Amino acid sequence: MKRILTGVALAAALLLSGCGGDDSSTPTSAGSASGVSGNLTVLAAASLTESFNQIGKDFETANPGVKVTFSYAGSSALAQQITSGAPADVFAAASPATMKTVTDAGDANGEATVFVKNQLVIAVAKGNPKGIKGLSDLTNPSLKVALCAEQVPCGAAAKKALAAANVKVTPVTLEQDVKAALSKVKLGEVDAALVYRTDAKAAAADVEGIEFPESSGAINDYPIVALKSAPNPSAAAAFVAYVQSGPALDVLVDAGFQKP
Amino acid sequence: MPPALAIPAIAGLVFLVLPLFGLLWRAPWSTLPERLAEPGILAALRLSLLTATLATAVSLVLGVPLAWVLARTEFPGRRFVRALVTVPLVLPPVVGGVALLLVFGRRGLLGGWLDSTFGVSLPFTTAGVVVAEAFVAMPFLVISVEGALRGADSRYEEAAATLGAGRWTAFRRVTLPLIAPGVAAGGVLCWARALGEFGATITFAGNFPGRTQTMPLAVYLALEQDVDAAIVLSLLLLVVSVVILAALRDKWVAA
Repeated sequence: MKRILTGVALAAALLLSGCGGDDSSTPTSAGSASGVSGNLTVLAAASLTESFNQIGKDFETANPGVKVTFSYAGSSALAQQITSGAPADVFAAASPATMKTVTDAGDANGEATVFVKNQLVIAVAKGNPKGIKGLSDLTNPSLKVALCAEQVPCGAAAKKALAAANVKVTPVTLEQDVKAALSKVKLGEVDAALVYRTDAKAAAADVEGIEFPESSGAINDYPIVALKSAPNPSAAAAFVAYVQSGPALDVLVDAGFQKP
Repeated sequence: MPPALAIPAIAGLVFLVLPLFGLLWRAPWSTLPERLAEPGILAALRLSLLTATLATAVSLVLGVPLAWVLARTEFPGRRFVRALVTVPLVLPPVVGGVALLLVFGRRGLLGGWLDSTFGVSLPFTTAGVVVAEAFVAMPFLVISVEGALRGADSRYEEAAATLGAGRWTAFRRVTLPLIAPGVAAGGVLCWARALGEFGATITFAGNFPGRTQTMPLAVYLALEQDVDAAIVLSLLLLVVSVVILAALRDKWVAA
């Protein structure tokens, strides 16, 4: 059944590429392979939500005939879905470790490439009412601090950054993902949380992100890969290339990511 | 047994039990003992049992009278009040957790006042876990006790009243013993729901080992890294709760 569907998709892709061929006047941006079409399913880390929604739209504009569908969740949950056989074309993870589960299981088509990096910042309420300037301020016992749990990438990064700074913080909670930690700041339940710069930026209406030098000791790489069982391999390859192209990188940098 | 009942009954049982076999089938039996000996597991289990029991106690103290009011008194808007009682059942637990934060959180409706007046702050505390679990689990108790009260013959209470018992005495000496099996069944249901509670707990009380990390939270986080560890934790929670429920059932419900 799956093979038949792939065949149909390929046939459709060939047909559509034939049709699209005469529309050669549109300038193609870097990385967008001409003539891809069909449905494309991208599983992406939750922290990529805002930027990938934009990149998906741009990719569809550059490749008429392609419909991109995103599924955002924690990287580890997505990795498990993939190794359990979830039908998807592309996987973009928030950490090399979660990507490794997929590549080790033989579910990736080739090597994963790092397309952006993300750093931690200290998220505090708008206006920084507690006057937090750096990591060492978080040791103040009257402050309530939220960290991510060690098992998720933002928690692992926080642990690394705190160790690099030789600062011991006693958090009130170890949240299950970065967005949960951030919402505790938004709701005013904690005074500070270590989150990614991109998450703080996306929530700029409610929170402020305070940069700290030790975050460079815990930079998080975001790898992307096309999947072996991709129902739409040509579009998958085109999307992976597009994400690493200039226009897509601009979107990602605007969101607070750094170039690799 | 008529096949029209037997076949769907068997299908239903298989459907409910099959996931359990999935856990047993994938369980890392060879490394089970050392995995169970890992630190933190016992703390999470103890915390789970403690908070679920406390949440059930809170639910009994508040829920049985609430069920009595719903079943035995007439007042305008009673149907509406009963519908309100079931709100936590339809509310996604995570939303329940957020709602609790908006009330009992530092900036919440009551939270600020509780903190400044009594120095009580519920989020991120074990008491917060109990609150979250009671919020989600109490409706189960209220509904089963209300059902038991409606099923109980109110003429016994009337007889007690004609013999001079006040409403409180009649409730205590006549109604409560009459509906004891219903209260026990509701309590068991409530306890089981509280034990498995995840969404409201992690949202309202956060996750900190030994203080607010109950078994379901530990399972969820273990799943992020190590499926086998998550399976071991799930099995442990299942075995402990099934043993306790079976023991209670024999003692109370069947009696």
